[in-house]
Amino acid sequence: MEREPLLKVRGVETYYGKIVALRGVDIDVHEGEIVTLIGANGAGKSTLMMTICGSPQARNGSITYLGEDITNLPTHEIMRKDIAQSPEGRRIFPRMSVMENLQMGAAVADPAHFHADLERVFTLFPRLKERQEQRGGTLSGGEQQMLAIARALMGRPRLLLLDEPSLGLAPLIVKQIFDAIAELNRTDGLTVFLVEQNAYHALKLAHRGYVMVNGTITLSGTGSELLSREEVKAAYLEGGRH
Amino acid sequence: MEYFFQQLINGVTLGSIYGLIAIGYTMVYGIIGMINFAHGDIFMVGAFIALILIVALGITAATPLLLLILALVLVLVLAMALTAIWGWTVERVAYRPLRGSFRLAPLITAIGASIALQNFVQISQGARNKPLQPLISGGFSLSDSASGGAGFAVQISYMQILIIVVTVVLMAGFTLLINKTSLGRAQRACEQDRKMASLLGINVDRTISLTFVMGASLAAVAGLMFLLYYGVIDFYIGFLAGVKAFTAAVLGGIGSLPGAMLGGLLIGLIETFWSGYFSLEYKDVAAFSILAIVLIFMPEGLLGRPEVEKV
Repeated sequence: MEREPLLKVRGVETYYGKIVALRGVDIDVHEGEIVTLIGANGAGKSTLMMTICGSPQARNGSITYLGEDITNLPTHEIMRKDIAQSPEGRRIFPRMSVMENLQMGAAVADPAHFHADLERVFTLFPRLKERQEQRGGTLSGGEQQMLAIARALMGRPRLLLLDEPSLGLAPLIVKQIFDAIAELNRTDGLTVFLVEQNAYHALKLAHRGYVMVNGTITLSGTGSELLSREEVKAAYLEGGRH
Repeated sequence: MEYFFQQLINGVTLGSIYGLIAIGYTMVYGIIGMINFAHGDIFMVGAFIALILIVALGITAATPLLLLILALVLVLVLAMALTAIWGWTVERVAYRPLRGSFRLAPLITAIGASIALQNFVQISQGARNKPLQPLISGGFSLSDSASGGAGFAVQISYMQILIIVVTVVLMAGFTLLINKTSLGRAQRACEQDRKMASLLGINVDRTISLTFVMGASLAAVAGLMFLLYYGVIDFYIGFLAGVKAFTAAVLGGIGSLPGAMLGGLLIGLIETFWSGYFSLEYKDVAAFSILAIVLIFMPEGLLGRPEVEKV
């Protein structure tokens, strides 16, 4: 018998008004895995990410976390179940310092762990330690991305949702960030669900992957399987993205 | 010169009251981007609640000093709590159901809530002025003989001292609350990005409610001060005081907490000095003209932040 996934998405349909964004999505994320979702712009990847967090809520289908149906819970209650998201566009609080952004990340976490968690993210991203007092809005793109991930980690998540952490960043920074994700998964057993356009890096990193086209999952498999598939290569790797 | 100092003291007193009300406007604007036009009437409700409590407790000028102080503290705390319930209710009934609706909708319900509160108080309490005998009288007389005794003595009443001290203490406490506590941080987070705040587990609706509660309780303090200072209130005092405090918030930079305090002080001073040196009739014109001039040259207000932000 297969063990129950940490996160189970079944037949999820999401609409923006009358426009359909997700047309029945099924995804499993098991404890300890890195799972990636790749697809073109507008395929619905970020919508799935936000639907898992209840904003917007799915119109049909179900989302189960640790065996509990969370489909219709309000966002802040879902996020209190040790799920954290580093969202699309990073969404750093621009007029708060780096430290305050991190404190916000720990807003609903047990305060007893605050200092240990702070040390952990500063070890992972030493740059943030140097910039503690700086306002979030004045950081560079790469620093903001690090801060967004660090802020999510401050909530001590069991499941980390990462939406396009490589977007708009220099290759060296992308490597740093992907290394950090791999390390968190390896050493802390953190489960990661990663949305990416940077398909090559994401599939290299992930244990398993899904391909999304126009609001549905068209392919799934292990990272290396997907990397070797002709249609993946053509659409998302050498062939460029369009 | 004595005359100048006298006006300064009067202006700071009036400005304190405006500042306390202005904080409610600026915080609500900061967090949900709307002008809560019912806030002036919440101030009026606060003044009425304070008056009812004072009468119910039987406080008069004859009450022994220590007892008087204790009773007034009790009135202050109860008035803050009861007015906060009104502020919470207005948000719950008139604004929350319209969240996510088009921008003008809550503005219209705000005006509706304002009229509803005025009419409710008018009907339940009567339309006539409600006087209160002065509870705290006396004060200091400064520089009476120092200037040769040739006429004008600067008076600073105990009441004025009380208003200024209470305002300074509350504003300092409030600034600390917003800048240093996790509750204040959650409020600032909701102000900057509500969706992200909810992604971090913050209950945004609750945080917004708390903002209304805080604004209303500060307005209640202003209401009690107004009542004690002027000794007369009616159901309509919220309108002009509300418009003035709103002007103060815009002058200081709407959304900015220190801006609301500074704006309140300035509006109080402008009004008082204008009435003191020019004409009493045109004091409102003076205050609004200065607002217009400041906004022409500094559209974001004195301490507001410019719209452009690197994100």
